[in-house]
Amino acid sequence: MSVSKRKKTNSVSRRTVLKGTAAAAGVGAAATLGGFPTVWAQDLKDITIRQLGLAVSNMDPFAKMATDALGFTVEQTAVDLGTVGNRGITQPKSFDLLEPAYMQFKFVWPTGNFQPVDVNRLSEWDKVSGIYKESGKGWDDAWLGDGQRPNSVMYVDGAGSDFKAPGSTDQVAAMPILHNADTLGIRPDEIGRPISSWGELLNDEFNGKTALVGFPAIGGMDAAMALEALGLVSYADKGNMTKAEIDATFKQLIEWKKKGHFRALWTTFNESVNLMLSGEVVIQSMWSPAVTAVRAKGIPCVYQDLKEGYRSWSLALMIPKHVEGKKLDATYDYLNWYLSGPAGAFFAKQGYYVVTPENTKKELSPEEWDFWYEGKAAATEIRDPFGNLLEKAGAIRDGGSYKNRMGRVAVWNSVMAENEYLTEKWNEFVAS
Amino acid sequence: MAHLFEKIQRYSTALQMTPLGIALLLFLIGPIIVILITSFWKFNGFLTIPDFTVRNYVKLFTSGLTLDNYLETIRIAAIVWITTTVLGFIIAYYLVFDVLSLKAKMLLFLLCVVPFWTSGVIRMIAWIPFLGKEGVINRVLMSIGITDEPLEFLLFSEFAVILSYVHVFTLFMVAPLFNTMARIDPALIEAARDNGAKGWQILLHVIIPLCKPGIAIGTIFVLSLTLSDFTAVRLLSGANVGTVALSISNQIGSYNFAYSSANSLFLLIVLLLIVGGIMRLVDVRKQL
Repeated sequence: MSVSKRKKTNSVSRRTVLKGTAAAAGVGAAATLGGFPTVWAQDLKDITIRQLGLAVSNMDPFAKMATDALGFTVEQTAVDLGTVGNRGITQPKSFDLLEPAYMQFKFVWPTGNFQPVDVNRLSEWDKVSGIYKESGKGWDDAWLGDGQRPNSVMYVDGAGSDFKAPGSTDQVAAMPILHNADTLGIRPDEIGRPISSWGELLNDEFNGKTALVGFPAIGGMDAAMALEALGLVSYADKGNMTKAEIDATFKQLIEWKKKGHFRALWTTFNESVNLMLSGEVVIQSMWSPAVTAVRAKGIPCVYQDLKEGYRSWSLALMIPKHVEGKKLDATYDYLNWYLSGPAGAFFAKQGYYVVTPENTKKELSPEEWDFWYEGKAAATEIRDPFGNLLEKAGAIRDGGSYKNRMGRVAVWNSVMAENEYLTEKWNEFVAS
Repeated sequence: MAHLFEKIQRYSTALQMTPLGIALLLFLIGPIIVILITSFWKFNGFLTIPDFTVRNYVKLFTSGLTLDNYLETIRIAAIVWITTTVLGFIIAYYLVFDVLSLKAKMLLFLLCVVPFWTSGVIRMIAWIPFLGKEGVINRVLMSIGITDEPLEFLLFSEFAVILSYVHVFTLFMVAPLFNTMARIDPALIEAARDNGAKGWQILLHVIIPLCKPGIAIGTIFVLSLTLSDFTAVRLLSGANVGTVALSISNQIGSYNFAYSSANSLFLLIVLLLIVGGIMRLVDVRKQL
């Protein structure tokens, strides 16, 4: 099921206009650099940037916040991950800004439908996490992680060009915006004992009570995390398996399926939430905001920290070629605003991270920062961006601190060289 | 003047067909040609590259998965077809022969259509809270003591998929059958009765043979909908039952447009062969 909502925000208040003028001044400066005529507030007001991305980061309140801050309209449409990729490949004119995941870059970027982002025009670039720079790490003792690291499919020299060595050029295929780490979600009330390893996903105890994410590449990696933890299969690189490793993985998975182990394979956020809420499964691969959504319904659910680490993902904004002139200037304004702090605070309270933590810190209260980023007990009540109560004072965020999550990336969401073979094996697994 | 009129008349059929012809060409034939072309392209694991290779077809016809997918899909389609035909026949029979007042007939028929005011996907999803482990049916069964444990086969199973197909597609069988049965001349049934035929003999030798075109049209609807759907498989089997359409959907999800095109085209051919076969067996034109 694909969730498709058309969202449009179009509010003009005195405040908006004032902010718009301020923003336009900034654009004017940038525009002169690019050799474009100065952009006037009047022209800017008529600009609409149509962003296409996932439901986790494309929503009405956020689009409104951006629109209010920037003086032009940001419109966000939420679709599922597959649709983001497909639209990027086949209909690049149907949006002004695409929000693909890094694991889709090898499909989307070589089409030549997109223009590189010039890092010199990104005012917050120096504050962007090291994950996206040469080192590929947020800090020195962070794990690098298997699979396709974001910085390996980032640096380019021209539309559709090959990917260059990390940090070697001033152009990137897309500007990174968000990242987080996925792990298993569990129902502690149903399980009643501590869970500490990915191997539990394949524990007989949970026969018929587990689910896997249903995207072949990602589901395959979650299975690999579990199989490796149990010592059943070993991998040179879980994010880029060989044919033999894929065979070994699916041989195991098919055996587990024959025992009735997997209740379902989910492909949308809502499906994963409903599986947990309705008691169909008690342990499954899950996204962090989905765990929050389950808890918001009063059902205990934990985003379980596991000793083998996390499977991480990252989203970025890619600019299609048809965006030019004033609209391109406005787009850079939006990109710069995205990394400047307010968006970081908004998404921190949803449970994931904008790639410029320093700027996010400026916009969060110290108590919020300690809770969301430092993994400390909440000093006050913790609320979501809409003011709803999430946690009472004293609560500790599951999954731990930012460093614990993004510093322990076991594997990055990836599309493997043997993608076609893996999909074939996945379909055999489904048919078995 | 008369000459011109004749000329227009001669071409009037062609003229009347033109708008539909253009629409079909643009929105049906055009896309199929695109799919046909793509099916000969190459996929390198990430990108679909223009080419002329039969690799996709070789893979399709040599992969054991294709056979498994088709066997599963045909199995589901057969069960759905038999169930909807029996149900559709009973419902249509009741509406045509047992309900006497024309007003009541129409009212009841319209009632059958009411669920179609919501989308098919919604009607499929609506089964989930009924069939789940903690769903309505399991709760009732356990509370009245028929079962101790929730029945797991109800949801995320082939059963759930078939149930939702039967629920959503039965009307496609009822409508053409209702139409055919309503056209049966009551005099024929009277004649059969006068000649001493019993109820079941009238059914077997008069009504069912006359209903064949309706069954044929309903069959075309039900089979084409069942063979091509992946929504119910995704939602109600938890993407856990290997049908052709779900395989294609997974291939598209991995951006393998070339192979999924070949796969789709083959499914289309299978479907056309089935429809062609039905048309050969039964003269559907009788209905028109």
